[in-house]
Formats: sequence, C-alpha cells, structure tokens
Amino acid sequence: MNWQRLLRHPSLVIGLGAATAFALLGLISLVWTPYPIEQIVVARRFLGPDPAHWLGTDHLGRDMLSLVMSGTLTSFLVAFSALVIGVGIGVPMGLAAAAWGGAVEWLVLRISDVTFAFPSVVIAILIATLAGPGELNAILAIGIFNIPVFARVARGGALAVATQDYVAAGRLAGLGNAAIAARHLLPNIASLIIVQATIQLSLGILAEAGLSYIGLGTQAPATSLGLMLRDSQSLFLIHPWLGIVPGLTIVLIVIALNIAGDGLRDALDPRLRREGLNHGAG
Amino acid sequence: MLPKRATNAMRHLPPCGGGREGGQPRPGFPVTLFILRRLLTFAATLFVAALIIFILLDLLPGDPARFILGINASEASVAALRTQMGLDAPAHERFFGWIAGMVRGDFGISATQRVAIGGLIAERMAVTLPLTMMAMVLSMLIGLPLGIVAAMRRGKPADTGLMILAQTGIAIPNFWFGMLLTLVFAVALRWLPTGGFTPWHENPGAAFRGLILPGLALALPQASILARVMRTALVDVTGQDFIRTARAKGLTRSEAIWRHGLRNAFLPVLTILGLQFAFLIAGTIIVENVFYLPGLGRLIFTAVSERDLTLVRSATIVLVLAVTATMFITDLLYTLVDPRLRRQNA
Amino acid sequence: MNVTKPLALAATALLLATGAAWAQSSEVRIGVALEPPALDPTAGAAEAIDVVVYQNIFEGLTRIDQNGAVQPGLAESWEIAEDGLTYTFSLHEGITFHDGTGFDAEDVKFTFDRILAEDSVNAQKALYEPIAAVNVVDPQTVEFQLSRPDGLFLFNLGRGDAVIVAPESADNNASEPIGTGPFAFVQWDRGSRVILERYEPYWGEAPALTKATYLFISDTATLTNALLAGDVDGTNNFAPEALAVFENNPQFKVLVGSTEGETILGTNNAKEPFSDLRVRQAMAHALNRQEIIDGATYGYGVPIGSHFAPHHPYYLDLTGTYPYDPDAAKALLAEAGYPDGFSATLKLPPVAYARLSGQIIASQFAQVGIKLELISMEWAQWLEDVLGNKDFDLTIVAHVEPFDIGIYADPNYYFGYDNPDVQALNETLNATIDEGERQRIAQEVQTIIAEDAVNGYLFELAQTGVWNAKLDGMWQNAPIEGVVLRDIHWVE
Repeated sequence: MNWQRLLRHPSLVIGLGAATAFALLGLISLVWTPYPIEQIVVARRFLGPDPAHWLGTDHLGRDMLSLVMSGTLTSFLVAFSALVIGVGIGVPMGLAAAAWGGAVEWLVLRISDVTFAFPSVVIAILIATLAGPGELNAILAIGIFNIPVFARVARGGALAVATQDYVAAGRLAGLGNAAIAARHLLPNIASLIIVQATIQLSLGILAEAGLSYIGLGTQAPATSLGLMLRDSQSLFLIHPWLGIVPGLTIVLIVIALNIAGDGLRDALDPRLRREGLNHGAG
Repeated sequence: MLPKRATNAMRHLPPCGGGREGGQPRPGFPVTLFILRRLLTFAATLFVAALIIFILLDLLPGDPARFILGINASEASVAALRTQMGLDAPAHERFFGWIAGMVRGDFGISATQRVAIGGLIAERMAVTLPLTMMAMVLSMLIGLPLGIVAAMRRGKPADTGLMILAQTGIAIPNFWFGMLLTLVFAVALRWLPTGGFTPWHENPGAAFRGLILPGLALALPQASILARVMRTALVDVTGQDFIRTARAKGLTRSEAIWRHGLRNAFLPVLTILGLQFAFLIAGTIIVENVFYLPGLGRLIFTAVSERDLTLVRSATIVLVLAVTATMFITDLLYTLVDPRLRRQNA
Repeated sequence: MNVTKPLALAATALLLATGAAWAQSSEVRIGVALEPPALDPTAGAAEAIDVVVYQNIFEGLTRIDQNGAVQPGLAESWEIAEDGLTYTFSLHEGITFHDGTGFDAEDVKFTFDRILAEDSVNAQKALYEPIAAVNVVDPQTVEFQLSRPDGLFLFNLGRGDAVIVAPESADNNASEPIGTGPFAFVQWDRGSRVILERYEPYWGEAPALTKATYLFISDTATLTNALLAGDVDGTNNFAPEALAVFENNPQFKVLVGSTEGETILGTNNAKEPFSDLRVRQAMAHALNRQEIIDGATYGYGVPIGSHFAPHHPYYLDLTGTYPYDPDAAKALLAEAGYPDGFSATLKLPPVAYARLSGQIIASQFAQVGIKLELISMEWAQWLEDVLGNKDFDLTIVAHVEPFDIGIYADPNYYFGYDNPDVQALNETLNATIDEGERQRIAQEVQTIIAEDAVNGYLFELAQTGVWNAKLDGMWQNAPIEGVVLRDIHWVE
C-alpha cells in the first residue's frame, strides 16, 4: 500500500485526521493542561466559557478543557489497552486455530464461545466485585471481550488465505505450522485486523463511557469522558453544558474512528466490504 | 495439517464476534448430529462459564452477613447469621450443590432478601426479555427500512444523509440518549412514563408503554448498525448476476431489489440480529439504571453491592445462558435458512 | 453562575402549561433512592427498611416524633421506678396486627426475647442489653427490668429496631411484614416498588392517605425527571446538587431540615501516623470545612466541630477548635516529623456526599503535603474493610444513629480511639437520668473528642425533601430514619 492510494479516500483522511487530533489533545494532557485537574476550587464552579476557562468549569470548579483533555486520554488509553489485550491474545489464538486445525482449533473456538458468553458489562461487574472499580477493571473487561472478536477475525481471514497457492507452496517447502502462520497468514490478514481494530477502538471508547457511567470504570480524581458524563447527569437540567461537552466529545471521537474504519476498509482491501465486518460486536 | 475446508459458507458470515463457522455442518453431515454436537458444546460452555463465575465469586471479599446487619452489629450476631446462611461449607460442595440445584430448577435462597432466587430471577426476566425484544423489534422497524431506502437511493443525498445519521446513531452512548429521550417524551411532552415498570398482570398496556423509551434508547445504535448492514448487503447483491438479469427483463433497480435482493440480503442481517440480541441483553444492564426498570441487570447490581453471592452468581449465569442460547438458536436458524447448507445436508 | 437554564425553563413552562393538577386526594407515590434488602426492621440495619416500614407498618411501645421527642406508641403510658431500673408500660387496648391477630403483652415479651436471644440478628442488639427481663403482668401491662439505668431507654424503644412483632408472623416479616401500624403491606415488586394501604381497623387516628407507593429510584437525574413529569409526588431526601431545579418552581416545595447524620473524616487512630495527636490536629487545620460543605452538600450541610448534632439541646459549638489554617497544619506536620507530608488512602463508600467530600479533601490535603489515594468501594466491602478489619487510613461516612457519641467509648470501634477518660464519662452518662447532669457530661465528651481531633468533623447532613406543593404533613427533620406517612395529606 502507499500513501497516495490511502489519500484518495476522503473519509479515511477526515476520520483519521479527527481521531488523531483527539488523541493528540489527550496526549498533550500528559505534559500540560490549562489547569491541574485535581485542583478543586469550589468557589469558581459552574462558570460558563470565558477567556480564563475556554469550556467553563465543572461542579467542583475544575477547568472543563483540562478535564476533557485528560478524560479523552483516559478514554483512548482504556480503549487502546483493551485493544492490545484483544489483538495480543486473540490474533495468535485465531492464527493457531487456522494453522494447526484439529484439537487446537476446537479449543480456540470453545474458549471463544465461553468468553463470548460473558457480555463486557458482566465481566466488568465480576471484576469490580473482586478488585473494585477503576480504569484497570474497564481495560480488562473490554480487553477480555475483544479476545474472541479478534480470534474469530484472525481465524476467518487466515482460513480464507490458507487455501491459496503460496501457502501450499510454503508448506511444500517444509515450513511448519508456526512459520506458515507467521510468514504467510499474519501479513495477509493484517489489513483485516487493522480495520477491526479501528472498530473495536471506537467500541472501547463507548464501552468505557458505559462502564464509568454505572460506576465501574474510571474513578475520581482521575477522569474520563464517561465519568464526566456521569457526574453531569444529575445537573443536566441546571447546567446542560457540563453534559454536552463530554457527550459531544464521545460522539465525535466515535464517529471519527468509525469513518476512519470505513475508509481504511475501502482503501486497504475493497474485498473486505463483502466480508461484512460489523459493528455488532460491541 | 491445514484443514481443507470449503469456505463458501464463510462468505456470508462475518468473520468476527460469534459467527459460528466452526460449528457449520460439513457436506454430508446429518443435521441431527450437527444439532446434537452444538447442544453438547452449548452445555459445556455453560458449565465452564458457571465454573468461572463460581471461582471468581468465591474469592469475593466482603461478608454478606456483616452487610445485612450493618455498621453497629455485634460479632456474635454476624457469626450467627453467617452459619444460618450456610457460608461455612467447603467450596466444591457449594459449587456442585449450586449446579445440581439449578438443574432441578432450585436456585437457592437469596442471602439478603431471604426469598427463593428462582422467583426473583423469573420476575426480572419478565422485564429484561420483553425489553430486549422491544429493542430488537424497534431496531428492525427503524434500521431495515432505512437501509433499504439508502440502498435504493445509493449515492443520492438521501443515502448520504441516512448514513451520516447512522454513524451518529452508533456513536451516541445509549444511556445518554435515554436521558435525552426522557426529557423530551416524558418530562416535556408527557407521552410516556419517565421510567418504572407496572407488572404485566396488573396492566399490560402500562407495562408496554414503560418499555418504549428504554427500548428506543437500546435500539438506536443497533438500528444504525442494521441500516448499514442492510444497505451494504443490498448494494452487494445488486452487483450480482441475478439482479442484472432481472433488470434486463425490464425491472427498475428498486423493483429488482424488492423482488430479488431482499431475500439474499437476509443472511447477513440474520447473523447481525443474532449477535444483537446478545448485546441488547447486556445493554439492558446500563439502560435499566436510567429508567429504574426492575430487570435482571439491576438485580445483579444490587446483589453485588449487597454481597449477595448466591444471587449474583445465579443471575449472572442466567444472563450468560440467555446469550449462549441466542447464539445457539441463531446457529440453528442459520442452517435452516441457508439454502446452500440445506442442499449440502440433504 | 447559572448562565443558561434553557432546559429547566422549557420543562417548567411545559409543566405550567399542562397544569398537572389532577386530583390525587388520598394516594401518594414517594421516590426513594435505596431499595431495602428486606422489610424486617428488627433484622437488618439498612436505613431503607425504616424508610418504608417505620411507624407505617410497624410501631413500637414508644414512638419518636418529628422533633425527636419520645411519644406514647403502643404503650399509652408508663411508670419508671425510683431507681430507674423498672419500667411498667400500660398497653393500648383493642390493637390488632394486620393479619387480624390481637396484640398484647405477650407480643412485647416475644419481641424483646427475640432481640436479646443468643442467635439474634438484630443490628442494634447492644442497645437493648441493659434489659434484664421482660415480665408480662397482665395482657395490657408489661414490665421491663433493667440491669443498669439507661437514659436513652425510652428513645431506644421507639426505634425501628424495637418495633413490636407477633410470634405468628415474625419469621416472614422480611418479605411480608405484618405489624400494628396505620398502613398494611400490600405488595413488593422487587427492584421497583412497595405498595402500602391504609389499615382500616387501626387503633389510633386514621391517616388521610389510603394508599402509598414507594418507588425505588437511585439515579438523581431519573428521579428529577420522574418528579418533573409527575410520576412521583415527592421524595424525602433529594440530592442537593439538583435542588435548584425545584427551588423556584411553584409546583414543588423544598423542605430543608436536619438529620442525625454527623459526617466525619473517619481516622484510624490506632495506626501511624494518625496515632500522633499533632498529625490529627494538622489534618483538622487543613480542612476547609466551608468549602467541603459548599462543594459536597451545596451549602445544605451544617458545620460541626465534634460528633454531635447541632439541633440537639446538648450541642456545644466546637467548630472553632481547629480553624482552617494550612500554615498551622504544615507546622504541626513538621513538628510530628513529617515536614514533607505523607501518603495515605481514603476509602469511600458509595454515597455522593462521601465521594464528593473525598475529592475536595484530597485537594485540600494536597496543599499541606498529605497525598491521598481515593479508593471507592461498595458498602459491603467498606463494612468489611473499614468497620470489620479496620484496614484503612481514612474514610468518610455519616453516622446516622441519634445520640451516638458513645461509640467513642469503645476502643474496638473502627477509629480505634482508646481514651479511659471518655470511657468513664460515657459510663456515668449512661447511668445518669438528670437532664442537666447529662448535658454537662455530654458536652465534656464533645470537647475532649474535638480537642483530640479523633476524626475530622465535617458537617451534619441535611435532609432535603422535594414534594408536590399540594402535599402537606411531611417531616421536615429526620430525627430518626423513616418516612412517616401518618400526617401526610393533600391540600387544595
């Protein structure tokens, strides 16, 4: 693939650009925010947007722009870490299933079945009862949920590739299952994985919001977009702004990621369209 | 050795999230045996899930007896209640006792509420299941027609508009959307209740009305996904030979889609629906909180905060059962519907 | 502040336009945040139980009125012997339980024998331990023998933990409560609501309401919407943050009153560095009480300087003991050997006042160098960690028991405060009947614990009720846990 080809897909450019912009906004919060987010000054709460506080202040007098920056980072971080878990465990599982077949494949599918039987909210509830709520809980819950998704994508894609001539040639040349998986299957399903990863990233951000909303995700004094939404919920009729800011941020990030995913899919492999990659997996 | 597998069936299955390629009957494989095998897997999945739940919850910190009696209770009172609740038996006895009980339909007694758990769960399922169905039906009623319209108007402003709408629909957190819906339809317009639930036997109409807004909140992202899948599926089939033939016979594109395309677009949609049922059931956990519905999700939540172990694990396994059963049924339906598979199995 | 309130205004305008004034002459729907785990107030501590059943379904020998005073209940009168050890109660005649069985002295004896039994699961068993014997004199007369005088005995008899139950029905009270009160239990749709109906053969004055429904709505935004839409008629305790929605709305009345909830920064006195008085004093100086009250209770909390309710006649204002002074705090920390402060955990139960106060206190403590790690937990885990295992540094919780200063005399209580002076004073207090003397002792204890900075004393929780403007007769204060329906009625 080359960049020029990618740039021919405007939705990819817009989506990726917007998503990157949000991610950067979050990353900047690591080194700088207009105000420290732990700094509570009750006397200056519920300020509207003004030059000192571009997005106003929240119910504890914290600067909303700083919170959005830091919250965006948390949301991305949770979704991304969950993605790493899903890809890191799910893809090898799926590849192993395709390359070895037989008992390995059976086992992988059964593990997927069991994992899939636990909706992420349920995993989150179980983990939270054990270890208490927090970002780590959200990461694990969403991450575990991602595993069967990637296992199936990897296995499905690998099986489609496995029938092709060069794989047979490799096998004739004496390559073992592991080598076949690493050298032939993995590179050929990379684009499939990347597209699914974009989708799971956006789902992860939504899932983090949902978990934080029911109190299982990020906890104060850290913040996330979902937690900001939760904190502002009861104040919505009085200070709707406090809910609109994080709500809109979530919506925009998710749209950006989804558009980027659509664009990537078209750009990387037009055939993927028909494989019906879906958002239903969240 | 690589399996030499016919992959034509896969083309219609999404390769991710629950497409059950591994369970597809192979050519010449009798349907009954296939069903039996799936049934066995289904039972094994449930057993392993139950084991996981039990192990996790057995480690649970927090003493339910202490919770019930609260902040100023004496140690003696707490110890008395603990014995009364049977928290002293060894773990494996409690696990197999639990499984055996569930097989008999006896889920045990709730530690904090002190009533039969089976009844509690049944009461909650009478809310959660209809809510899930409601969301499912609403998502189809909204999503499918929009997908069809978008496909027919492909490339036109209506298509673009609808697809932007669908992108937004997927992106709005459902609990937030639920709150916005309440403000408009319950608080401002007063068409529907803000939440709560009237039991079915008391007033079925009121019960139904209580599920509309939460159903809508749940349905929005799913409807958006359905619209996209439907559109893609239709756009795909319109490129295929039989549609071209139909058009050559003088049908307009819309007519061709109506008569031939829809049936062929059905398979991918069915797969998505099967998946969605599972996600909707999980989604109810969050939405029930927004609409104070007495569903299974809220039951689990309350039980967790009260450290009611027996209740948490039984309610969780029922939720897992619902998800697994849906996948199982989707699998079966799939084999029944796919004409290719039927031919292979004949 | 409040630059825009478009939604609130729009909602209000629509409410006025639709003029929701349909006649609800005798029924009421009350929204409450927490659902009780069971409905037997004698076998559980949850406040949510009393909210539904206290003085509605169940009654005790005495009852507490809305000012916290003891009134006759099932007992129409009583006599106290000179030595304060024998109480003789005359019971009302013609009282029946909701299942039709009669009430007499045997039920009273059964109730207290059950509370004091070996395998009793009564959460407040300790309060009734002074009872040495309950003797049935005749069906209308019952006599209590105490092992020591107890100044709070009559009050304690009026608590939800000591309501009278019948031997025929006591075992089922958790799911099907049967008492003697003006309202009988009808049904409980778990997760949703409890319905009560007026008990027509009630022995006392009949209440105005014929039916009451308690709806369990934990989410503040949802409860706000339900109130605005008229799906519920009121709530006894509404989150102060959203009170502004109702404050200027003529459709609603906001009742602000007192509770018995002293909210404290619970401190593990048995653990380093909190065992050092100077550290505790430093923390007290580091607390900006007013900011906590504004931030966590939107100004509705009442400042306290010790563990005592400000509306109580024995109250002594000790809020000035350690005024907000970060410099003094730093100096004390340095003196105690922590010039750069220290790190500690703050375990927070799942209630809004604790979570918000925790964030604010963490920010205030950071200014003097104390770094707090906030740990949110569910109640069950909090009870186990903090109360059971005393595995904590700091916590925030409201002690809602009336007159509970006696917990400072128990060295095994979770904050691990062991002061023989306080223990001796408490014993004297328990055995003293004379009001003036009791007041003097109570104030001495208040002063000692304030100066010892045993805990951080933050505020007395306020009760902030929101009700339909046409409803009357609700308790403004909460001297005891419960939403008493007795006097609630609709007015035109």
